[in-house]
Amino acid sequence: MASDTTTTQLAVATAVPEAAPRTPPISVIGPIAWMRANLFSGWISTAVTLALAYLIARWVIGFVDWAFINAIWSVPNNQTQACRDLRGTGACWAVVTEKHRFILFGTYPYEQHWRPALVCVLFVGLYIVSAMRRFWRKELALVWILALTAIGILMWGGILGMPYVPQERWGGLPITLILSTFGLAFAFPLAILVALGRRSKMPAIKAICVLYVELIRGVPLISLLFMASVMFPLFLPEGMNIDKLLRAQIAIILFAGAYLAEVVRGGLQALDKGQYEAADALGLSYWHKTSFIILPQALRLVIPPLVNTFIGFFKDTSLVLIIGIFDLLTAGKTAIVEPAWQGFGVEVYITIGLIYFCFCFAMSKYSQGLEAELNRHRRR
Amino acid sequence: MSDATADPRYRRTPPKRPIRFSWSDERVRAIVWQLLVVGIIVAVVWWLVRNTQHNLEVRRIATGFGFLNREAGLPIAEHIIDYSPTNTYLRALIVGVLNTLKVAVIGIVLATILGTLIGIARLSKNWLVSKIAGVYVEVIRDLPLLLQLLFWYTVLQGLPNPRNAMNPVAGVFLSNRGLLLPWVEWQAAHTGALLAMIVGVVLTWMYSDVMRARRMQDGQPRRVWPIAVLLILGLPVAVWALMGAPFTPDVPALRGFNFRGGFVVSPEYFALLVGLVTYTSGFIAEIVRAGILSVGHGQWEAAQALGLKPGTVLKQIVLPQALRVIVPPMTSQYLNLTKNSSLAVAIGYQDIVSIANTTLNQTGQAIEGIAIIMAVYLSISLSISLFMNWYNAKIALVER
Repeated sequence: MASDTTTTQLAVATAVPEAAPRTPPISVIGPIAWMRANLFSGWISTAVTLALAYLIARWVIGFVDWAFINAIWSVPNNQTQACRDLRGTGACWAVVTEKHRFILFGTYPYEQHWRPALVCVLFVGLYIVSAMRRFWRKELALVWILALTAIGILMWGGILGMPYVPQERWGGLPITLILSTFGLAFAFPLAILVALGRRSKMPAIKAICVLYVELIRGVPLISLLFMASVMFPLFLPEGMNIDKLLRAQIAIILFAGAYLAEVVRGGLQALDKGQYEAADALGLSYWHKTSFIILPQALRLVIPPLVNTFIGFFKDTSLVLIIGIFDLLTAGKTAIVEPAWQGFGVEVYITIGLIYFCFCFAMSKYSQGLEAELNRHRRR
Repeated sequence: MSDATADPRYRRTPPKRPIRFSWSDERVRAIVWQLLVVGIIVAVVWWLVRNTQHNLEVRRIATGFGFLNREAGLPIAEHIIDYSPTNTYLRALIVGVLNTLKVAVIGIVLATILGTLIGIARLSKNWLVSKIAGVYVEVIRDLPLLLQLLFWYTVLQGLPNPRNAMNPVAGVFLSNRGLLLPWVEWQAAHTGALLAMIVGVVLTWMYSDVMRARRMQDGQPRRVWPIAVLLILGLPVAVWALMGAPFTPDVPALRGFNFRGGFVVSPEYFALLVGLVTYTSGFIAEIVRAGILSVGHGQWEAAQALGLKPGTVLKQIVLPQALRVIVPPMTSQYLNLTKNSSLAVAIGYQDIVSIANTTLNQTGQAIEGIAIIMAVYLSISLSISLFMNWYNAKIALVER
């Protein structure tokens, strides 16, 4: 019976003359329909769209005028009068053209600038390699050690025919990258230990970890940096002196450690209790349980918030400006101290902002991609 | 399942085992480890303290907070309470704390408003609106706050001088001396009106609580707003009128090279506030967006199916659920804004960090100065956390 009806239906269907495949009406698909749905869906929406479009167009035209059409790209030997005449109507990118070496590398000896430049390239390469999941294995630690050693050799020099450059003359982008990379490389293991300590059953260790985390998170980074710059020298025995850069680095490590510890703790708490109990039931010791069962899973859970915290600390290293360490932002601020170039801060800050933005935007996009990839099994 | 937990065998506590003094006993190991860690920490601290004492003796720096009663001699441009350089360090530091609170409190309010608006804009059905909000959030969050502060400060300093000040609305001037707004000459009656308004708000709150309780009993809706208007607006006006209704407008005007009168927002404060508010609003926008998205679509549909009005749906159904997701991360943003206000020192706004830093440079009391900064921020952080935890507990889901 059933097959009978299907055949009749089929016969009817084939009897109808072949209709040409029709596209949906223009009001349902295509750019016009999209605009109607997303830009002009009602009179309020239309009004908002038009007003915003007008404002954006005006602002973009004004910005292009200022930044490109009326801009001055270079001036002969510090004659900034032409730039000053253009104040408000055109950008003076000449300040960046003139000072870009200083902004990027600070007071590093001019003819040796290839060394910090190579260091920046090494850092970026290191980040890219670490970001690729196919390289997430033990050998990566070796790569890090090698790269950081190479960076140290390049910056200090003194061997292989490279003249020695003292730390006081380092500056600019390499300092920003050194402070953030070394800061996170040391803060991360510290954070794991503190997070484990905070969940420990031993009351004294738990109390110490809680005290450390809450104390650090309750005060601004500046107060720690001040502590590193004015108070730390009092702590050390006479005659023993630690470089200012290293002191700031220690402050950043301690600060980042507390924040990262809270992120790691989130992962430890989110992990199913059954994992802890199963590991205990297998008779694993605490460190075996932690390093083979708990941490691999817990850290995987918190990779996206970890990357967000990394972005935060990359930006926060700029605070060393306040204690006078020569990072990228300090170099930019110092570049416009010279009387000839005073008053061109906006151009310099936009340039530095672009550099920071490139790093942070890349990290944030990476974090979003990673989050999507790691959650793939949860999506339906 | 309930049978298993009801089984008396599961409720028995494990038998107490006597401690064996061997490495294989977990409790012995715990004690040894803790003693070791505490011992190391105590030793390090003791070493640091001894070094510090020795260094202080060598440099002839007296410890203690006695310097607080000495004359400060440091000028402070902005102060809420009366202050002159002949006052003590203690008063200078209090002025600093008040300046910090001034920027933090106003910053938190403005950042919440701006952030909520942008967070909602990001969810807008209008493509242009949501894209602009998205770009704003991405750009603001990927630039260091200090850079933004320096940028705003430079922009404000690049404004024309008072003689060529921008005058967007009558009585409002924007120049490199800051923002000037028209104001009234403040008199006792105004303080009275302000106090009356606070009393009015508290009374309204209590009144609406009572009305809500009555509504819960008999289900009859009651109007609250006429009484609320009377208490919040009528009461201050009445007090002001009773005290003689003084009103003298104080409009800023150019005298020579600078402005006289009006309400002055200094460029330092303005730059700090703009920087903090725009920066924090980028983070708050993301929190608000996540909070609204966390309320399932079914909740909207169910409320609509019940015939509730859109405003009621938002107020009674969606917002209470979204707030549960929003409040905890919002607390940490408020704390961040307060701590970030310490960057004021970079652009010359005299907050507690700036004044304590000057104090420790003048007196050499490094340890005390930093201890003061830390104590101030710890207590501010703790108060915000306590308040937000109380609020969070109030709106939390009541579970069995």
